[in-house]
Amino acid sequence: MTAEATIQSVRIAETPPAPRLARRRRRPIAPYALIVPSVVVLALAMGYPVVWQIITSTQQFGLAQQFGQAAPFVGLQNYATLASDPYMWTVILRSILFCFAAAAATMIVGTLLALLMNVVSAWVRVTLQIALLLAWAMPVVAAMTVWNWLFNLRSGVVNWLLSAIGLPYQGHNWLINPVSFYGVALVIVVWMSVPFVAFAIYAGLTQVSEEVLEAAQIDGASPRQRFFGIVVPIIRPVISIVLLLQVIWDLRVFTQIKLLQDVGSIKSETNLLGTYIYQLGTGSSNFGMASAVSIFVLVLTIAISAFYVRSMLKEDEA
Amino acid sequence: MRKRRVRAKTVIFSIIGLIVAIIWVFPVYWMINSSLLPNVVLQDSTPTFVPFGGSFANFTAVFAGGTFLPALGMSVAIAAVVVVLCLLFAFLAALAISRFRFRGRSGFVLAVLLIQMLPAEGLFIAQYKLMASVNLLNSVIGISILYIAAVVPFTIWMLRGFVAGIPIELEEAAMVDGLSRTQAFLRITFPLLAPGLVASGVYAFLQVWNEFTIALVVLPDNASATLPLWLRGFIEASASKATDWGQVMAASTLVALPVIFFFLFVQGRMTSGLVSGAVKG
Repeated sequence: MTAEATIQSVRIAETPPAPRLARRRRRPIAPYALIVPSVVVLALAMGYPVVWQIITSTQQFGLAQQFGQAAPFVGLQNYATLASDPYMWTVILRSILFCFAAAAATMIVGTLLALLMNVVSAWVRVTLQIALLLAWAMPVVAAMTVWNWLFNLRSGVVNWLLSAIGLPYQGHNWLINPVSFYGVALVIVVWMSVPFVAFAIYAGLTQVSEEVLEAAQIDGASPRQRFFGIVVPIIRPVISIVLLLQVIWDLRVFTQIKLLQDVGSIKSETNLLGTYIYQLGTGSSNFGMASAVSIFVLVLTIAISAFYVRSMLKEDEA
Repeated sequence: MRKRRVRAKTVIFSIIGLIVAIIWVFPVYWMINSSLLPNVVLQDSTPTFVPFGGSFANFTAVFAGGTFLPALGMSVAIAAVVVVLCLLFAFLAALAISRFRFRGRSGFVLAVLLIQMLPAEGLFIAQYKLMASVNLLNSVIGISILYIAAVVPFTIWMLRGFVAGIPIELEEAAMVDGLSRTQAFLRITFPLLAPGLVASGVYAFLQVWNEFTIALVVLPDNASATLPLWLRGFIEASASKATDWGQVMAASTLVALPVIFFFLFVQGRMTSGLVSGAVKG
């Protein structure tokens, strides 16, 4: 899900659930009746596909299956094929590299902007916040059309700007070379994700009390000591949660890559995990392999999210 | 002396802040700027930075193209179905987990949190096959089921907070005063929940309105495209033929404006929510 979803998850109730009503009845039926609609829709649209994928990942799909023959059971052969496929490893490595580069860049820029918001005058801060909010609010597909226009080879502003300062970028095609393709994708992803990080960390910074900082200063703590000794420990929980979310989101980046590929780049050279699954499943109808890669992505995501989910559960019990 | 140095620092930081603000807002500004300019001007090798002499011609052209309104209709229909049903389902489930202790409760909460983290990219092939097998590709009902399942976990989690925030004593007091349990709930608790329902509804709306990945897979027909898919059609076309960027930017603006409006409306709640949630720990 996107930023909004998670912030609300981070929000979490301040008050614990009231167990009182339950005590009154000995065997309550009401709560089960209340969760039935959600359970049904989740089982149908999430549960069934997961089970289908686990089964399908043990089947082999080929030409015969496109003409309606049942796919034969092949055990873990799809997984074995994946593990021995150098292209699969390339895609995994690319995804991880892209994820870390994007998450690191987003965290660094976001933190710097949060610190900047903390030291500028009110009207500059509000201006900066409005600018960040507008970027954050942009629907991803609309943002992608604009960025495609900015990086357009003939009349894009980026090429114009680089040529204007004397660099040979007139008519430069950014998407044809995989490295600059990922560069463009990185710029876009960072542009989109920085506002969330900046706002989150800035909100954490406002929790740092002026008095404590002043007291530390009177006691002779240097600005550096005040920052690392007081500010950082206070905002550490925010930073760790935000970083975790960035990693989860950047690992499965799909829309941005897909839409950049649409404009024209060699797909096999620019695939990340999401677009690779898409290509396997819808392009070549190889549902067995597509399912195996999907299961890999699901397991990876759950492993990374485990920490986040555990902290949420703690809040539920609190 | 010291004061002057501090002031110089503030000025430098302010200038940096303003430059960053300009960089960040530029793509949004550029979208609106380009949407007002004719294509001839946009094709110029030197960009036009202020839309003097601009017009709304691109917007009229987009409407006249005849594909915008059907896509808008599709998006509105899906969003309406999903927001209404999702709020209803999530509200009921939130009541269950915040007002009752029952066997299986923690299992349900864990499932909700885990499902919320599942990436669409890891499921869409199976969801595509599911929809194809029951003949619900390209239909509002089919994609709505998938969207409700995608949005309901976080909506439950969010409403849970709101329900738990209303003390049960209020209801109990009303029952002492002679209302039935249902009446007490409808007259006392429900009105207090209204802000929570509005906020959750807006979130659900934003998610669904912007969703691209699932729509790309289960709405393969152009005739059933939602707004993000419709916009993508423009991007795709720009790969093969000369694009009328003015019209594309007008189209993007049309898709983005309602979202930006709603987003600004709920943003304040998001930041404060984050503080109360994460920083406490």
